[in-house]
Amino acid sequence: MRNLAPVTDAICKTTDSAGAPRAHESAAKHVSGKAFYVDDIIEPRGTLYAAVGYADIARGHIRTLDLSGVRSSEGVVGVLELDDIPGITDVGPVFPGDPLLSADEIRYAGQPVFAVAAQTELQARQAVKRAVIDCESRAPLLDVEKALNEKQFVRPSHSMRRGDARKAITEAPLRLEAQQHVGGQEHFYLEGQVSLAVPAEDGGMLIYSSTQHPSEVQKLVAEVLGIPVNRVTVDMRRMGGGFGGKETQAAPWACLAALLARKTGRAVKLRLPRCDDMPMTGKRHPFFNRYEIGFDLQGRLLGAEITVTGNCGHSPDLSDAIVDRAMFHSDNAYFIPDVAIDGHRCMTNTVSHTAFRGFGGPQGMMIIERAMDDIARAVGRDPLDIRKLNLYGTKGRDLTPYHQQVEHNLLPELIDQLERSSRYRERRAEITAWNAKNRVLKRGLALTPVKFGISFTLQHLNQAGALIHIYTDGSIQLNHGGTEMGQGLHTKVLQIVAETLAVSPDQIEITATRTDKVPNTSPTAASSGTDLNGQAARNAALTLKQRISECVAEQKQVAVEAIRFTSGQVFWSDNESMSFAEAAQLAYLNRVSLSATGYYRTPKIWYDRESAKGRPFFYFANGAAVSEVVIDTLTGEYRVLAVDILHDVGRSLNPAVDRGQIEGGFIQGMGWLTTEELKWNAEGVLISNSPANYKIPAVSDTPAHFRVDLFKRDNEEETVYNSKAVGEPPFMLAISVWSALRDAIASLADYRVSPALDTPATPERVLGAVTETRKQAAEKGAI
Amino acid sequence: MIRFLLNEQDVTLESCAPDLSVLDYLRTIAVQRGTKEGCASGDCGACTVVVAEPSGDGLSYTSVNSCITFVGTLHGKQLLTVEHLEADGRLHPVQQAMVDFHGSQCGFCTPGFIMSMFALYKRDRQPTRAEVERSLSGNLCRCTGYRPIIDAALSLAGASVEDQHALREEAVSTRLKKIRADHPSGSLECGGRRFFLPATCDELAALLQAYPQAQLLAGGTDLALSVTQQLKQPAVLIYTGGIAELSIIEERNNCLLVGAAVSYTRLESALKQHLPAFGHLLDRLGSLQVRNQGTLAGNLANASPIGDTPPVLLALDAKLHIRSGNHCEVIGIDDFFTGYRQTALPANGFIEQIQIPVPDDNLFKVYKVSKRFDDDISAVCAAFNITLSEGVVTAARLGFGGMAATPARALNAEQALIGRPFDEQGILAAQDALERDFSPIDDVRASAGYRLEVARNLLLRAVLEQDQLSDEPLEVAHYA
Repeated sequence: MRNLAPVTDAICKTTDSAGAPRAHESAAKHVSGKAFYVDDIIEPRGTLYAAVGYADIARGHIRTLDLSGVRSSEGVVGVLELDDIPGITDVGPVFPGDPLLSADEIRYAGQPVFAVAAQTELQARQAVKRAVIDCESRAPLLDVEKALNEKQFVRPSHSMRRGDARKAITEAPLRLEAQQHVGGQEHFYLEGQVSLAVPAEDGGMLIYSSTQHPSEVQKLVAEVLGIPVNRVTVDMRRMGGGFGGKETQAAPWACLAALLARKTGRAVKLRLPRCDDMPMTGKRHPFFNRYEIGFDLQGRLLGAEITVTGNCGHSPDLSDAIVDRAMFHSDNAYFIPDVAIDGHRCMTNTVSHTAFRGFGGPQGMMIIERAMDDIARAVGRDPLDIRKLNLYGTKGRDLTPYHQQVEHNLLPELIDQLERSSRYRERRAEITAWNAKNRVLKRGLALTPVKFGISFTLQHLNQAGALIHIYTDGSIQLNHGGTEMGQGLHTKVLQIVAETLAVSPDQIEITATRTDKVPNTSPTAASSGTDLNGQAARNAALTLKQRISECVAEQKQVAVEAIRFTSGQVFWSDNESMSFAEAAQLAYLNRVSLSATGYYRTPKIWYDRESAKGRPFFYFANGAAVSEVVIDTLTGEYRVLAVDILHDVGRSLNPAVDRGQIEGGFIQGMGWLTTEELKWNAEGVLISNSPANYKIPAVSDTPAHFRVDLFKRDNEEETVYNSKAVGEPPFMLAISVWSALRDAIASLADYRVSPALDTPATPERVLGAVTETRKQAAEKGAI
Repeated sequence: MIRFLLNEQDVTLESCAPDLSVLDYLRTIAVQRGTKEGCASGDCGACTVVVAEPSGDGLSYTSVNSCITFVGTLHGKQLLTVEHLEADGRLHPVQQAMVDFHGSQCGFCTPGFIMSMFALYKRDRQPTRAEVERSLSGNLCRCTGYRPIIDAALSLAGASVEDQHALREEAVSTRLKKIRADHPSGSLECGGRRFFLPATCDELAALLQAYPQAQLLAGGTDLALSVTQQLKQPAVLIYTGGIAELSIIEERNNCLLVGAAVSYTRLESALKQHLPAFGHLLDRLGSLQVRNQGTLAGNLANASPIGDTPPVLLALDAKLHIRSGNHCEVIGIDDFFTGYRQTALPANGFIEQIQIPVPDDNLFKVYKVSKRFDDDISAVCAAFNITLSEGVVTAARLGFGGMAATPARALNAEQALIGRPFDEQGILAAQDALERDFSPIDDVRASAGYRLEVARNLLLRAVLEQDQLSDEPLEVAHYA
């Protein structure tokens, strides 16, 4: 360029940088309808709309597939079957098992068989209904216990051992065993799965996809098309929610759109209507857990054998890592001197279950939290006392079942603080008195902790890249490998870069995540988005800062060390400065590159799966919640009355974003454990297939008292500005709601019975537990 | 022809599908994509828009789910979407509050929340938390946990800022009235499929004679699902919402007379005054968006076994005023439900009014049990209308939903109550009799066993509530 942009705005505010409660980078666009999601992009001329046809049996074979009615249906331009796929046909993300389309075997109800592209979305959906799929149906395997007994696994089992659990249990003064079913969960991202494929030169493809993993979509689209990865570009500006549901399971729809686009030579949009999205995409794994524990008369654990069994659905998807994470968290915050943990991955004839916030961790934690309550009832103590007694402690009580030392253990202090601030003991007394006076309604209270390991347990995923351009007007374009799904990742990374360069966040434009800007990215998952991409972006910013510093130092004849970036200014002495934009122009005119990449990989982590030993997690994020509930013993209905949370986010990068993650995670976890019930009928068809019959929390489910405090403690590991990950850990704070429900039910038996309460704890299950607890109490002669 | 205002722009539609939803109109024809599709079934509220209608010299604003609203129903109304709230590049107060309180995360549900909050802002400048929750009960958010959204809505209490719509209200109202004056009726036609908006009952009766295959459209909150979920394409839709005669609410001879086109929202205050237990049921019937459109008549005519109002109308012995052609008749509610989703409504017939008796000092209780409090379909809905004389039951009508293929009375249980005191001992026979009255099914919402146990326990709840000596709270919904 010949003329440079005029420079204005000499002094800028940097008060919204790292640590400030800055609004979400898209907030103003969200509230005015100007934020574009994939379905909102103005389509290229001639765009076709796709729909997917699926088999409605859960297990069997296709005898004949007659698509003549589909092809002749009004508006249809292209039909895609298995044979039309030029490249690979299995889109399993880690292991094979996920055919993009099936021509023969059917392994779950909702399995895609063909896809159609038509002039309008309605025409595509109507065409699909005209398929005649004649199937030979077999009885589906749906029962996870049956699958476990028959050893029907999608992946081999895994074990962790420390000490001699069997001996410790056998010799313990007290023993208990129990089992539980933990329900799965529909993601119910408000924006369903959607992709828009636009044909490009050389057989390439530009894909707009609502995905947490653009690089994997890029790779799989290239593979199904049979072209090199470099001919596919994936663009992802924002998702309308992901929660793990768009980590692997966004890819098939992008692949189908791309294949139809290739076939028709036109752009193709494939958006799953909610009534297809729910049966056709995987959910949080339901789990079947068991424990056998030995403990002393005070309630201190001596040994435990724990088995966690994930119901994986028909294929592996991410189940290896998900069941591993369930195992890694089946100790939650508690030290078990001698311990044996086994994890199984059962195959059933349902859709393949997948990542969902917590990634198996929540399901694993449920079994040890059940044990804590059960021990308390057995020894006649408050469950909080039992939890505190069993927490990880100092030397000798700080080793996890996978032999990672629990360092920087702040939970004992955090719990003490929350116990006081929530008035746990006073409320316990009030509730006991209240319950004695009330016959129909009963209140319950529980405090449960969370210790959640941060890092992908698959080591190579713990890396990230970023790309920053500085333009000659001082404006900055920022790009990194993470995706924005509402969690505020872009806002935080923006703040990090603004802080690093000492400029206003308003000067920085964060652009769509694109595989042609930052390649080979990891999924935005495992709560790692900011830790990885924030640090990569900071590294890129530091590179640029160094280059500008060197340039200014040379021009001003000062040492590089003398250069300071402050409040949008670059100082070369105490009182001499130029604006950031002027410095950028100076660098440009002196032929200094104003574009840089940044890269980061997490240090210290390793895990040897053979010996089940290692340090899979860089650090732990912690928190605790106190929930109070009231139940109706006539109907099993309940309300969550009050919630107090104290959560550890290290040094907060954005307290407003962090609080949003904590509150949102808690309520989502509460829904998982209470009203969100997945049901399949005997034929294996999902019958909780719409928001009319699958109930996520609504506005009045939010407790009237909902206090969230951040635990003030910097991360002692070297993370970006000593912050901690926050996406997943708060989800599990909601276990306190489930525990409080059990507490309320236990009041019916003077807390001498520990009621079984599988999840989701629907009103029906609560009423069942009320009836069963009264029966057990009568047998014990308690009341 | 259908005419309406999109914000302040005149829109005239003549040739479009009778079942074109407002959402699809916005996204594909008007290409305004701020309004999002979350579920296309009226359950998530992401597509919420606001419809303004003349009210006095001004306008009344109601939130509706655009995914289950047919575009023809907009005739003579103003359609406002999230794109229409900013003025001079400045966010509307409800938009600014959502930004300030961090009320959006992924942002996909946000336009719907904004529109629900905008309707609330227009209706109530001092909303309580309960009113905020009622207003947002049909908007699902999967990210925030709602706390910041509730706080944002509450922060607007006392706001004195009048938006640009307030300043233009009279002019818009005049324009809308002129549309209705010039074109009292409306219609659409496309490929032989038709939408009619008659202005009188006579017109409606004649249309039903002329198009015997026509489907009547009141709120459409159920009918639209056959279009969006099952892709059915109704040949002829006749909308009742333009008929003034069907929008009456009157009190006469200890009865409420409710026109077939009266929305639940309009009915609410009359019910809360005369039949508070019924009125409070409305707080949990669907969501506000659904109540702004849904009608008693629709709830009866679709004869769903899980409709919430039929059990109540059964307990109250309501009567239905039916017209077909020029013939009018009155059908008792006991004779109305003839089978699963079948009624005694004659061919070409339509409900004009529902006559709801207001019992004097009977024991009248209505209970709804569902997984979720807001916007959920009942596992069991029960309404008890019990006449007591010196503590002894002399008459009883027990209406239940969710227990059988139709909304139904528990005739055996009613008989078992009569002649006995209404106390814990006195109801035992009636509780047992429920098992002879009903053989409910297991389904996605509840098991048969749970439904029966709850039905029994609801009788007990009525007894406990009647015991005035006890002031203990008996329903978690009432627990503060």
